Amino acid sequence: MAPILEINNLYKNYGSVEILKDINVAIEQGDFLVLVGPSGCGKSTLLNCIAGLEPITKGSMAIGGQDMTNVSPKDRDIAMVFQSYALYPTMTVAKNITFGMKVRGIDPAIQEEKLTYVAQQLQIEPLLKRKPGQLSGGQRQRVAMGRALVRDPKLFLFDEPLSNLDAKLRVEMRTEIKALHQRLGASMVYVTHDQIEAMTLATKIVVMKAGVIQQIGTPAEIYNRPANLFVADFMGSPAMNLIPAKTKANGNGMQIEIARKDGDPIMLTDTRNQDLPENVIIGVRPEDIADASSVRSGDAQEADCLIDIVEPAGADTFAVMQLGGKHVTARLHSETTAAAGAAQRLAFDLGKVSYFEPETGLRLN
Amino acid sequence: MTDMSYTSTRSGNSAGKIALRWGLYLMLGLFALFYLMPLFVMVTTSFKSLEEIRTGDLISLPREVTLDAWRTAWSGACTGIQCEGVRPFFWNSVQIAIPAVFISTLIGALNGYVVAQWRFKGANLFFALMLFGCFIPFQVVLLPMARMLGLMGLAGTIPGLIFVHVIYGLGFTTLFFRNYYVSIPSELTKAAKVDGAGFFRIFWSVFLPLSLPIIVVTVIWQFTQIWNDFLFGISFSQAGTQPVTVALNNIVNSTTGIKAYNVDMAAAIIAALPTLFVYVVAGKYFVRGLTAGSVKG
Repeated sequence: MAPILEINNLYKNYGSVEILKDINVAIEQGDFLVLVGPSGCGKSTLLNCIAGLEPITKGSMAIGGQDMTNVSPKDRDIAMVFQSYALYPTMTVAKNITFGMKVRGIDPAIQEEKLTYVAQQLQIEPLLKRKPGQLSGGQRQRVAMGRALVRDPKLFLFDEPLSNLDAKLRVEMRTEIKALHQRLGASMVYVTHDQIEAMTLATKIVVMKAGVIQQIGTPAEIYNRPANLFVADFMGSPAMNLIPAKTKANGNGMQIEIARKDGDPIMLTDTRNQDLPENVIIGVRPEDIADASSVRSGDAQEADCLIDIVEPAGADTFAVMQLGGKHVTARLHSETTAAAGAAQRLAFDLGKVSYFEPETGLRLN
Repeated sequence: MTDMSYTSTRSGNSAGKIALRWGLYLMLGLFALFYLMPLFVMVTTSFKSLEEIRTGDLISLPREVTLDAWRTAWSGACTGIQCEGVRPFFWNSVQIAIPAVFISTLIGALNGYVVAQWRFKGANLFFALMLFGCFIPFQVVLLPMARMLGLMGLAGTIPGLIFVHVIYGLGFTTLFFRNYYVSIPSELTKAAKVDGAGFFRIFWSVFLPLSLPIIVVTVIWQFTQIWNDFLFGISFSQAGTQPVTVALNNIVNSTTGIKAYNVDMAAAIIAALPTLFVYVVAGKYFVRGLTAGSVKG
């Protein structure tokens, strides 16, 4: 079967400014694609291009196997949820949801039936007679989703739909969107700047920066094997520790030397990777640095580290130290004995370590 | 913070505060009286007989209320050789103002919708030129407009005057609607496009229902402009199509012998009544609409 969405060599310019450069993405039926990146990276523009709300400068695009490059939004068989919800202020919730069907001249009986079904799905039946101005942020969000659901399109598009909600509601709606996706088995494209949203929702993530795709992959691939320093730094919270280090080949692997402000450098041995250049940036996730006393994997290598700051966060405690001239965060147990200003024996797990070329930022292993 | 300053001044010097308050009211009252004086003189004079005007005091109340002056002004006063009062001219003004207001408001709404929500290449230049149209003095367009009306065969007709007022009003109506629509998020248009609505459907179903406050502002503005217009009225009309403002001028200026002040005053009030009426009926929307663009919600 043809991919549900296929974008080939897409370019988008505003005047002489290149907003999107050589975008190639394809997703299958049922995929949840998340476009993630810092603000201004072009992710919303890409979504608008997919919707047909922005003309593209070069390249082609197909939805459901049909070329849609120059097709108007209404004929693309898509539905879109906007950041500001964009509900029609003078129409009731019911009219907001049925407006599209009314425009397309669908039989009123069917309209009524679909409205009832969608209202039930989203639990907004009591709100149908109200106007958007009388709804809370979360309720408006639901109505906006209802307006998209009722269309039953080939492709759902979401443009930062949760960014106007408060933190608690955002997490709730996130779960709900995920549940909705699983229930409907629909194909979705979702834009966000929040990497946690991207990780939790996606089956496939596209990380973008300055109009260029940095990496495409499953959340696990993106998280465990970031393609470059930007992706490594952007995805994950707290961010991956990126520490300048020197390497040397020794008998059964690589010797890695991480300088310390005071005291000897930390020496680690990596038996899985060979042929690294002398200067690298080593990427270690905070959870791969743990208390030596509670260590699980055989790969771990221990070292004493001077802890600068301890940040208890409930389930975990984050310990910050200085390694290789950078702040390095370790994710420790909440019962850790680590204290600010004192040394702590930590275990470094190199099982999932990443190496990057310092100049180009590209992944080495 | 306001609460604190309020309580502290109240406990401090309440007598001075009250005196200040009354001083303020007194000033406001005096200004109101000052501004109402001309209207008062107009109304009282219009109810007096000529005899009383000649002998009595300018600002005294009429000794004997008579509607003769109003009757003459409405249907008997002479505007040159014709003595039918302002009545036929009043209807001319109605026939000019109502279509002109309606058409210029509608086109202004469409223009504003396009400039604010359907950006095209040169939209800013287009809007700047429209805006420039607001500042062109009436006198500048008189001759070209007369030529145009002649070419179109509309010279001296009521449709001709409607045309002139629509053209001249478009700059203002476009400005009003554009500034109102520009504050409406463009995502609304996008959502409607994805829903399958076209240009006019979005205008009709989404934007027009939102526009009541700005429609009221535009209608008041245009109606006042068009009803009160004198220069276009006198330049582009002929006997039989003159608006009420021109008739009023003729009544006042063409009388010979004794000046009938009471008739002049009554005619002036008649000519001003429709605009007064529009303000009284829609005034509160006017203020609301003027500020609606600046404050969200």
